[in-house]
This record gives sequence, structure tokens and C-alpha cells, in this order.
Amino acid sequence: MEALIHQVVAGLATGGIYASLALALVMIYQATHLVNFAQGEMAMFSTYLAWTLIDAGMPYWAAFALTIGISFLMGILIERIVIRPVENAPVLAVVTVFIGLLVILNSVAGWIYTYTIKSFPSPFPPGMALGRFMSPHEVGAIGVTLLVLAALWVFFRFTPLGLAMRAAAQNPASSRLVGIRVGWMLALGWGLAAAIGAVAGMMVAPIVYLDPNMMAGVLLYAFAAALLGGIDSPMGAVIGGFVVGVLENLLGAFVIGNELKLSMALVLIIGVLLVRPSGFFGKVHVTRV
Amino acid sequence: MNRKIFLIIILLLIAGGLPFLVSNYRTFQLTLVLVYAIALLGLNILTGYSGQISLGHGAFYALGAYVAAILMDKAGMPYWATVPVAGAACFAAGFLFGLPALRLEGLYLALATFALGVAMPQLLKYPLLEKWTGGVQGIVIQKPDAPALLTAAGIPLNPDRWLYFFTLAVALVMFLLAWNLLRGRVGRALVAIREQHVAAEAMGVNGALYKSAAFGVSAMFTGVAGALGAIAVQFVAPDSFNIFLSITFLVGIVVGGLASIPGALYGALFIQFVPNLADEISKAAPWAIFGVFMIGFVYLMPTGVAGAVRLLTARRRSP
Repeated sequence: MEALIHQVVAGLATGGIYASLALALVMIYQATHLVNFAQGEMAMFSTYLAWTLIDAGMPYWAAFALTIGISFLMGILIERIVIRPVENAPVLAVVTVFIGLLVILNSVAGWIYTYTIKSFPSPFPPGMALGRFMSPHEVGAIGVTLLVLAALWVFFRFTPLGLAMRAAAQNPASSRLVGIRVGWMLALGWGLAAAIGAVAGMMVAPIVYLDPNMMAGVLLYAFAAALLGGIDSPMGAVIGGFVVGVLENLLGAFVIGNELKLSMALVLIIGVLLVRPSGFFGKVHVTRV
Repeated sequence: MNRKIFLIIILLLIAGGLPFLVSNYRTFQLTLVLVYAIALLGLNILTGYSGQISLGHGAFYALGAYVAAILMDKAGMPYWATVPVAGAACFAAGFLFGLPALRLEGLYLALATFALGVAMPQLLKYPLLEKWTGGVQGIVIQKPDAPALLTAAGIPLNPDRWLYFFTLAVALVMFLLAWNLLRGRVGRALVAIREQHVAAEAMGVNGALYKSAAFGVSAMFTGVAGALGAIAVQFVAPDSFNIFLSITFLVGIVVGGLASIPGALYGALFIQFVPNLADEISKAAPWAIFGVFMIGFVYLMPTGVAGAVRLLTARRRSP
């Protein structure tokens, strides 16, 4: 029983990280109907940035905030420079560009920081542990995730800018008519997604350690989470993230073993796409021919 | 048309003479170029012609390689007999993966195959399969010797050169097969599905059958390439078949040219030799260059090298 509780709690902690990354994917999907394959590598790059800052002697939370800011700008730049030219291109071209971005970020990180594994500090003091069940980092990671979610919800629900972004995603033509700069809203969406990804990266790095390939597995789970919840539903992505995190831990510990964890993500992705492509909370799309 | 046949004959003469002119290591590299060309041809049938994006073709390459290696290592099968078996196994695997994939379009198929590519090394390491797959260690296989008949006849064939010619022969068969398949009814049907699947079905094209068959055939080509690759490298291990192998194939068809048969060869030359050159700069450089080329080709040359060649020859012929 104790093992079970421990696995569930640990699953919630990693699930929160998947939820953040899934949320970043959903944000870009909502705005552009594209799934960003480079999301994981963008987060990885941000995490290296944070590592550099901390290594240079900056206090953790200052580095944390600065990294989020830089990642935000990086996301906007990537949208403006790399993604914008293929906005209306066929899917294959867009996927190719995303994959290109993925390998460029991956190799540049390898080039600058080498492929040796680095450890990444956790900012949460040992006093934050909840009894035997939760390590301080697990408590902290869940807390940070929930904070990010709350902040995003407030932003999209109560600020004019958030409203404009939602409008631009939902109906670009009408938004343009009422004076919203749709192109910039998309860029902002990319910036926000990159910033959320950076938080996810910094939260997962103490668990999986820092190396250029650290996000491949995490990204796969985030895909699974986003699809499970419905790729166009932010709420769904978050719930999906927690569900996938707990499932991953429980199945890994008691059923299929740790060797097949990634295959579980594969089965989940294909299963959701086959049985219920819109996920649990997504909109069902009907296309006219 | 005569010009084309003339060109192909010249190319074959060069291909036949090259291994006697260059070192054994270069011969080995040329063998790999042929192997990659077959794999890219397979991916091009799926992604280029029928428009289904696969980011996980490394998984089928891995399957072909493992089938060949296991048959040689555990069942004592001769190397040449493993190639058709690997092809058949991959056809079945591809067809089966294609059935659910039918319902997935564009981005979603890319997602599902991406997951397949990422998960593949882990599946190969699975402990229950270790008896056959050798786990993390993989399988070491023997390099085949040239047939005694040919060496006795005085032809200077060392194992490297023999393997090259063996691969060349298989590659010729596969290219002929692809050419025959794609120039006629089947090729037109695939392109029609890619361009307008509803219209294609209204014209009587069985979309579901063609799409999953395209998946199967594509996996078969890639599996044959995997088997040949395993024999040439004499070694299979899970971690050499990671997602970056699948991405390498994508780079190959984007650079070589989508929906083009000669494009497979250009792409293969690119993915074999460019990393070798770039490796001298840094371990990470080949991938940075791959990434830049991928994005660059999408922006500037969406038809790839094959498209550029077509354009140049067309321009020369009609001044």
C-alpha cells in the first residue's frame, strides 16, 4: 500500500511536468493547428541556459526568472524567423521545419555544453518534504506547476491581451477586423509556450538530469497527455498530464516494468488517436468535403 | 528516352568500376550509400508519393536489421537468404501499422510514427526478447566472403567488394521494382490520394487499401535496406536505431527530392558523406548542418536536388 501511494504521488509530480509541456503544445496547437515537435528541445535549451546562469553564481530564483524571460523572447524570435515563412505551407513542410529546429537545438546544445550528463539543482529546501511520501522536489514541482496553470488561467481569462490571443486563435479573420494583430498574437503564443516549456525543463532536470537528449521521453509523454486530454483543450492537457504521469509510474512499477515505459506512451498515443481522436475534452471536428 | 538509358548505363559502369579504384573503406561507404538509397526509396514511396508522413522509419530499418541478424546468428541462415525474409517481415509489420494509421492524417500520423521511432530502441532492449536480440549488447555477425567460384576465376573480390556488388544487385532490383510500381496505375493512385483523397475515392481508388499497402511496401524497402545495412556493418545494437536514424531518413528525402526515384540516390549520398565531412568540425556539427539543410530546403528548394536537376536539364534542352 505504501509503495502504491508513493508511486501515485511521484506520478503526480512528474505528471505536473508533463502537464506543463502538454499545455505548451496545446497553446501552439490552438493558435496555429500545428504540433510543435521541437517543444522538448526548446525546453532543454532553456534549461541549459538556467544551468549556465546558476553556474555563473546567480541565485536560483533569479536565474529561474531570467531564464523564463529569455525563453519567452526566444520563442517569439523562433516564430518570427523560422515558423512564419511556412505558416500556410503543407503539413510535411511544417513538420520538416519543426524537426529541423529540433535537431539544430539538440546539436547546438551538444556543441556548447557537450554530451556529458550534468546534475541540475533543485531549489526546494528539505523541510518541504511531506512525510515519507513526497520528496521536497516533488512537492515543489507540483506547486510550481499549479502556480503556472493558475497564472495562465488568470491571464487568458481576465486580461485584454489574453482575450485578444484567444480571439486570434479562434477566429483570425474577425479578430483582424476588430484591430487585433493576429500575427503578433501567434508570436506571443509561441513565446508563452517557450516560457512554460522552460519551467517544465527546469522542474524535470533534477529528476532526469541535464543532457541534450533529456526531453525525448518527456516530450513523448507530453504528446500522450495532450492527445488524451484533447489537443485543443488546455484543461484537458493538464488533466491528461497528471493521468499520464500516474499511469506511467503505476504501470512501470507494477505491471510492465520500467523497460517498456516509452512503449506505453506509444500505445497510449496510438490508442487515443484510434478510439477517440479528439481526446476526453477536445472538440470533435467535422470537415465538409 | 535514349539519353536516359545511356545515362543509366554510364552510371552502372561507374558503379561497377568504382570499388576497384578506391580503398576498402570507401567501398564500404559506397555500400552504405546504396543501403540508404533503398531505405530512402521506401520512405519516399510513403511520404513523397502517398503523402503520409513517417517520422519513424528507423523502426522498420531496425526490424529488417534485427531479422537478418537473428536469422544469421541463431538460425545459421546464409546472409543472402535473410534479405527477402527481412523484407517480408517488414512488409507485414508495415501493413499492420498502416491499418490503424489509415485513420490518422498528416500531423497525427507524424506524431504516431514519431512515438514509434522514439520507443523502438527500448523495445529492442526488452529483457524477454534478450535471448534473440542480445539486449543492449546487440548481435555481432560475420562478414560474408565472396563466392569461391568468382575468386577462383581470378576476379579480385575481397569481402568488401563482394558485399558492395551484392548490395548493388539488390538495389538495382529494388529501384526497378519501385520504378515499375510508381510509373503506372499504382503510382497514379497514390499521388491522387495525396493530392485529393476524396476525389480519388470518387474515381474508384480504394484509398484504405492503397494507403496501407503503401505503408507495407515502404516498410519492405526500408527493411531490406536494414538487412543489407546489418550485413555490411556486421553489427546490430538497439541504440544505433534511435529517433535520429528516422530523422536522417527524413533529411535524405527532403534533400534528395520528394516523390522522385533518383532523389533517393542524391539523398543517400548526402546523408552518408556530409556527416563525414562535418564530423571534422565537431561531433555535433553534422546534426546542426542537417537541421539547417532541412529548413533551408523547405524554404528555398522544396523539390530537393532531384527537382533542381530536373529544372537544369529542362532548361538546357529548351533554350
